[in-house]
Amino acid sequence: MKFARDTWLIFQRQFLLLVRQPVWLFVGIFQPVMYLLLFAPLLKPALQASSNAEAYRIFVPGLLVLLAIFGGLFQGFGLIAELRAGVIERSRVTPVSRLALLLGRSLRDVVSLIAQAIIITLLALAFGLSVFIGDLLLAYLMLALIALMTSALSYGIALVVKSEDALAPLMNTIAQPVLLLSGILLPLNFAPGWLQGIADWNPFSWAVDGARALFAGDLGNDAVWQGLSVMAVITALAVVWAAREFARSVR
Amino acid sequence: MIETKGLRKSFRSRQGREKKSVDAVRGVDLVVAEGEIFGFLGPNGAGKTTTLRMLATLIEPDGGEANIAGVDLRTNPGEVRRRIGYVAQGGSTWDESTAREELVLHARMYGLSKAEAQQRAVRALAAFQLTEYADRKCKTYSGGQRRRVDIALGIIHEPKIVFLDEPTTGLDPQSRAHMWDEIRRLRAEGMTVFITTHYLDEADALCDRIAIMDHGEVVAEGTPAELKREISGDVVLVAIEGSAPEAAGKVLETEPYVTRLEATDDGGLRLYVNDGARDMPQILRALDAAGITLSSIELHRPSLDDVFLTKTGRSLRES
Ligand SMILES: Nc1ncnc2c1ncn2[C@@H]1O[C@H](COP(=O)(O)OP(=O)(O)OP(=O)(O)O)[C@@H](O)[C@H]1O
Ligand SMILES: [Mg+2]
Repeated sequence: MKFARDTWLIFQRQFLLLVRQPVWLFVGIFQPVMYLLLFAPLLKPALQASSNAEAYRIFVPGLLVLLAIFGGLFQGFGLIAELRAGVIERSRVTPVSRLALLLGRSLRDVVSLIAQAIIITLLALAFGLSVFIGDLLLAYLMLALIALMTSALSYGIALVVKSEDALAPLMNTIAQPVLLLSGILLPLNFAPGWLQGIADWNPFSWAVDGARALFAGDLGNDAVWQGLSVMAVITALAVVWAAREFARSVR
Repeated sequence: MIETKGLRKSFRSRQGREKKSVDAVRGVDLVVAEGEIFGFLGPNGAGKTTTLRMLATLIEPDGGEANIAGVDLRTNPGEVRRRIGYVAQGGSTWDESTAREELVLHARMYGLSKAEAQQRAVRALAAFQLTEYADRKCKTYSGGQRRRVDIALGIIHEPKIVFLDEPTTGLDPQSRAHMWDEIRRLRAEGMTVFITTHYLDEADALCDRIAIMDHGEVVAEGTPAELKREISGDVVLVAIEGSAPEAAGKVLETEPYVTRLEATDDGGLRLYVNDGARDMPQILRALDAAGITLSSIELHRPSLDDVFLTKTGRSLRES
């Protein structure tokens, strides 16, 4: 009860501060729209898709997963600014739940990611994408898990390294292989076997496969439950670890 | 209200390749009574902030015990948090929020309802003369206004004890005087106030009792008057014309009424004597007999700086 209330309190505060900065909303939507408009048309021949609709069905879930990963991973920068301003220390002297300090922030990130995802989906629908609402909602659940995980990781790492100078290269180093080996922008179907073998070890490639199956309307595909379970487990671990860092961080 | 025994903390830090351990606090024993303004006086790096952060549950002590408002710090930090307020040395407000938002949020983090938090915020804003700026973003505040928001945040939940880490650093003399009044008002309301400072006059004028800290240890504790009385007698400052103070030092060293003698930074001498009024003429005579000319001579009652000097061999003014 207290935990839920505390989480809501932190979430409200963070959300208010976010919507007060409309520039973020603009950047967050402008970029993916550019991908949709400029990159997707290249894809139809590359994917050997029979129609625009099919190309979008492969491309859009990948794009959304990409946004979830990156949207989350770079949230740590805001936290370092808060650390520097003394806001975190001020929170830590109150009896507020430490898990709420993390979750309130991460849920803000999840909500803004889902808002972004809805706008992109609507646009893609206008371009000819078609998807069942139930499948779409499950795909959003996948995205929410990813955003929760990556933002929690980012917050935890920010509390450990405590400086932007260390966080930036770290996040880039994590993001790059994750991105290349997940088949996010292009499916790995045509990749050589060894590359596929490595990709199997990348949890996000499970997530992308699951999301693609959902967008294809293939709810019964094993990739769906596998992707969701892999994400749920890693997200839980990330959240527990990051909340601990909130409880213990020095300065 | 606060009782500590052997509180210790060391930090491991890296300097280039080398790993070094800094003993920031090495065994602090303190007793702070209910309803007093207790001051922690010490130079930069003395360990004041580290001690406060331990007492405020922000870092775990490496050793020792503390009891705060009847609660054991080690076994029950959560309960300690409910009873204390803490204002950090470096501030605690967010640029993009307003003072009112910060106060309401902070009160609610202590579990108060929204309505109650809003009422408290209105009261705190008025008490700290912030009502006029309450709905402006914190980044637009002056340093003094922002510091007042910090203090208001620390006491919004009406704690029994509030820790203020250098509440007046960076304030102009007028704002400082205001802040002192506000801190006295907290005491009048029954709060126990624990402040740190490196201003001698602040420790002297504001605090009921002080502990002088140096290199992680408490070197003296008591009321300002007691501490000054410990240094028996008076202080005479002598400046010598032209020559270096060594010659004069040699002459005065052997005088029986001089209990202690030190060179000051500006090339003069500081003499501790039992009775300044009686001994000053003798000092003049002795120097005159040795052919040394004075440029000035002053008589002082001992200050807290003299206390610090006798305990540590250094002056707080110069460190
Ligand atoms: N997180 C930390 N890591 C490493 N060393 C630290 C840390 N915090 C404090 N120290 C060291 O511990 C010592 C005491 O620092 P502290 O901040 O307690 O001093 P202070 O009395 O508050 O000084 P000031 O008047 O400058 O605020 C210093 O030598 C400082 O460098
Ligand atoms: Mg300090």
